[in-house]
Amino acid sequence: MAAVLTPDPPVPERRFRRHSGLVRLTHWINALCFTVLLMSGLQIFNAHPALNVGQSSDFDHPVLSILARSSERGLVGETTILGHAFDTTGVLGASRAGGQIASRAFPSWITIPSVQDLATGRRWHFFFAWLLVSNGLVYLAWGFASRHFGRDLLPRRAELELRHLGREVVDHLRLRFPRGEAARRYNVLQQLAYLLAVFGLFPLMIFTGLTMSPGVDSAAPQLLALFGGRQTARLIHFAAASGLVLFVIVHLAAVLASGVLNNLRSMVTGWYDLGEARTTDVR
Amino acid sequence: MSGDRPHRRGLLQALAALGGLAVSGCDRLSNAPRFRSALDAANGLTYRAQRLLIGPHQLAPEYSEADISPVFRANGSTDPQDDDYLALVGNQFADWRLKVHGLVERELSLSLTELRALPARTQITRHDCVEGWSCIGKWTGAPLSEILSRSGVKPEARFVVFHCADTLDDGGGFGEDPESIRYYESIDLVDAMHPQTILAYDMNGAPLTVPHGAPLRLRVERQLGYKMAKYVMRIELVESFAHLHGGRGGYWEDRGYEWYAGI
Repeated sequence: MAAVLTPDPPVPERRFRRHSGLVRLTHWINALCFTVLLMSGLQIFNAHPALNVGQSSDFDHPVLSILARSSERGLVGETTILGHAFDTTGVLGASRAGGQIASRAFPSWITIPSVQDLATGRRWHFFFAWLLVSNGLVYLAWGFASRHFGRDLLPRRAELELRHLGREVVDHLRLRFPRGEAARRYNVLQQLAYLLAVFGLFPLMIFTGLTMSPGVDSAAPQLLALFGGRQTARLIHFAAASGLVLFVIVHLAAVLASGVLNNLRSMVTGWYDLGEARTTDVR
Repeated sequence: MSGDRPHRRGLLQALAALGGLAVSGCDRLSNAPRFRSALDAANGLTYRAQRLLIGPHQLAPEYSEADISPVFRANGSTDPQDDDYLALVGNQFADWRLKVHGLVERELSLSLTELRALPARTQITRHDCVEGWSCIGKWTGAPLSEILSRSGVKPEARFVVFHCADTLDDGGGFGEDPESIRYYESIDLVDAMHPQTILAYDMNGAPLTVPHGAPLRLRVERQLGYKMAKYVMRIELVESFAHLHGGRGGYWEDRGYEWYAGI
């Protein structure tokens, strides 16, 4: 009988602390800042809904414009990219604001504030820009000091080989995410995406944003040379923001597809459940 | 993680509801005075940071003749209909005088001829509108520092206020009296003494036209376009601008824009 009471072999610990407190805190502050900066940024864009290259604006030939024009069927929204016009009525150029179709580049549901108000949009934007930069500096300082970047975000050489990358892409497309021990580390696509956001897109946003400041331009005209002029900087600011939106979409899709509660819990409490390893996993 | 599935729809619905709440919440916050002034703290921070990091004599970038915009957009007032101003235009500004007063040692009253006789500075600079566009133009005028050195500045003076001839709109709740809603602007003494801060009478080699602020407009090259008052009539040195118009130091400032427009 005694044999029945022998304890089970120890179960390997399935839960582990995936995110440190600082990563969790800065992640949520960053998420808040990015949301507000994006929405107030679109408000600011609406004040002059066109993008140009160079130092000054070529009002007749913008690279991109989101305008409204009147037609026999009322106000029509028209998005023009490099001379090609698209009808975007209802969303871009002309959209409903307070029950009526109004001329505005981005619709009211995605701007802060919802009504056309450049002055208030700028206040939100610059307040949260200061917060984003401060938060980002804390994160960077900690990330280097604690070796978080080198340990967790730097891909290993073998993972950067084309065959491995290709398999990761296929696995992701089939929504097969790492489980068990394999989920302890970020996979290489995650690492590359985070590196791109942290060291590529966010710095690009900040420096192109600074380049638009006439005060900063007097102290650091090199920024103008680097980005090819104030209007080009404005265009890159918009493009990099679009890149970050794309990043967030993929990020949220991956969070939803790979176990939303587990992911959310790990970003709130730190604890992540590794789950059962797939028996088919060959690694 | 199939156990997540029932939660997922609920979560999405919750997120959508939260989004809607957030948008209306942001609008409500935008109008709350305490929140607005909290947001405004960022402008004070920007002002102090730029004053700290950017030397008082750092020049805004200057460009070449080839960079001058073929069409320089005129914004704000472009054709003031104020009677006094129309009378000045009718006489080619022969009767126009620039008054310098307030916290100065000597009040001045300068004609255009006298202004043109002062040492002049010509600069090709980029004009950045708060809306987002930029135009490049060539400006010639008298440095404000030249004028202030002639008037003298009392030690208690902290700001230079520019009173203009134009009434931009109906006033938007600031009263019907045109004098109370005339365009005005203010800068600190650091910008006032900056070598590129000039009172321009020429643009692109010709006398300033009415759309661009004839006979005299301010150029403050390290700030945005709305600081660069057109149709300047009076320059007043003050210790504080709290008693002027809406109390925030400028026409657009009284309508919610930041006083410091270096960003």
